[in-house]
Amino acid sequence: MTDMDRADLFSLYRQMLLIRRFEEKSAEMYALAKIAGFLHLYIGEEAIAVGAIAALRPDDYVISAYRDHGHCLARGSDPGKVMAELFGKATGLCQGKGGSMHLVDLPKRFMGGYAIVGGHIPLAAGLAFASKYQKQDLVTVCFFGEGAVPSGQAHEAFNLAALWKLPVIFICENNRYGMGTPVQRAVALYENVAEAARSYGITAERVDGMDVLAVRGLMCKVVDQVRAGQGPYFIEAMTYRFMGHSMADPSHGHYRSKEEVEKYRKRDPLVVLKETMVSQAQCSEADFKQLERDIADVVAAAVKFADDSPFPDPASLHADILVED
Amino acid sequence: MLLSYREALNQAMREEMRRDSRIFLIGEEVGYYQGAFKVTKGFVEEFGPQRVVDTPITEAGFTGLAIGAAMAGLHPIVELMTMNFGIVALDQIVNNAAKIRYMSGGQLSVPLVIRGPGSAAHQLGAQHSQSLEAWFCHVPGLKVIAPATPHDAKGLLKSAIRDHNPVIFIEAQLLYGTKGEVGDGEYTTPLGQAEVKREGADVTIVAYSKMLLVALEAAEQLRREGLDVEVIDPRTLKPLDLETIVTSVTKTGRLVIVEEGWRFCGLGAQIAESIYSAAFDYLDAPIVRVTGEDVPIPYSRPLEDAAIPDVPRVIAAVKSLCGAA
Repeated sequence: MTDMDRADLFSLYRQMLLIRRFEEKSAEMYALAKIAGFLHLYIGEEAIAVGAIAALRPDDYVISAYRDHGHCLARGSDPGKVMAELFGKATGLCQGKGGSMHLVDLPKRFMGGYAIVGGHIPLAAGLAFASKYQKQDLVTVCFFGEGAVPSGQAHEAFNLAALWKLPVIFICENNRYGMGTPVQRAVALYENVAEAARSYGITAERVDGMDVLAVRGLMCKVVDQVRAGQGPYFIEAMTYRFMGHSMADPSHGHYRSKEEVEKYRKRDPLVVLKETMVSQAQCSEADFKQLERDIADVVAAAVKFADDSPFPDPASLHADILVED
Repeated sequence: MLLSYREALNQAMREEMRRDSRIFLIGEEVGYYQGAFKVTKGFVEEFGPQRVVDTPITEAGFTGLAIGAAMAGLHPIVELMTMNFGIVALDQIVNNAAKIRYMSGGQLSVPLVIRGPGSAAHQLGAQHSQSLEAWFCHVPGLKVIAPATPHDAKGLLKSAIRDHNPVIFIEAQLLYGTKGEVGDGEYTTPLGQAEVKREGADVTIVAYSKMLLVALEAAEQLRREGLDVEVIDPRTLKPLDLETIVTSVTKTGRLVIVEEGWRFCGLGAQIAESIYSAAFDYLDAPIVRVTGEDVPIPYSRPLEDAAIPDVPRVIAAVKSLCGAA
């Protein structure tokens, strides 16, 4: 294994660790009432955002649902601005008007988090339509949970994307629960939710969403095909949410057992990658400790930035409703 | 040049699409069928199927796709076969088109026109006869236009297409065949400007879309009975040009508002509230509203006629207000 390969693995690990520690800190900040409203943590699912986005170019489009911190951070957004948005501060990515579920970072081509389940999937088809229309070789990656798959808007978007061979990659993060309802009580073909896309002629593939290298490996292949104009693709990434649905939901709740959560925690994406790094890249405990310290500093700086930032001026209430001529 | 309302719309879109390749038209039957109401006659022949996009019957999906394309820099014109089908796309219009700019703190914009016929035609039944403008006007982030004449239809549609915001452009099936003078050559009509369609001193009628024609006919008949009626067409319903109405009311002291939509929470209620706030001291009598009845629009012709304002009802309202009944 070359130094470059090691650096690559560290980079993936670092991004996942950033998301993990950022989310843990967000939960803390929620408990301190620094963050309010809905807060949906990405803990346990980090390998999907990091692996998928690692296969993209900076000018490709990324769009997500309401559990969007991980995608935004993986796209390279400034953790301070993300945290400031969660705090509702003027320095947040969206100047405090979006919040946790509606992060947007246009320079990073992160086109937003959306909180009506299934409602952003047609937007993804539209982003892809625009790049095809303008003859740009961009791809659009659209993240959503398995809970969105049976929605009408998802199906309408799958059909349009397939019909017009749009360069969009649908990534279904199958964490097995839509809020507290398990997939087998929500999706008729629950053992193979990708059939929803296949029924429109979209090629679909399942991947271990706890293995960042597997996700990235599949995505590199898929991105090339989609960029080459072969039409949309559907990836079902099998994962698990280690925390509750939102902060209102304890880590396992009534709808799943502690044992089940513990079982999936053994496949923690950080642990999975770390094992590979130790066994195949001779990474040492000291390396990981250093990384932990670095990330702790980044997250602490993000919190400090958010904390020190001002709330928006009430005068900004009416700004940016419309584009003024 | 004498043009029909339909031809005026056709000309507006044709001129704009020739000017700017970012503009494309999308909707059911807009291409090879030439438009359900033939508004887009000749478009697919001139601009090709890439820019005149026939869709499946999935309003949420293709409206969402258009919003996504607008976020990526295109200028879509969505044709809804009727505004009633906008209800199917309402999640996209209200939750995405209207909010994306605000939620993103001004990073994103959605330059988009959604157009199609609203209001009743003849005996189309309850699901195809609705006047939904008040719904759209209620939502911050949308502009709403409802032109009554071919001249205004052309000028306002061109302005709507050039606007950088989501614009709901409400036509009327019964107006498509009406003819009127349309200015030669290039012109636009600014959004947000009402027009005095007939000057008068005794009483002001505010009416838009199809109801403008009803109001003008009523005014003509009332002239023969010695009442001098001023008729104002707001043309743009949001943002509403209150000033023109206030100026008129300060002159006449009396106001009748005519709308086809349902009475309860109708647009006229808002206009009345605005006038009471701005010009109460100038009013010689309470504002009178002539509205559609609060019923689903029935099929049977006598019942349908009973549900919709007509010339005799407007005349009766004006006379009662002027103490001439």
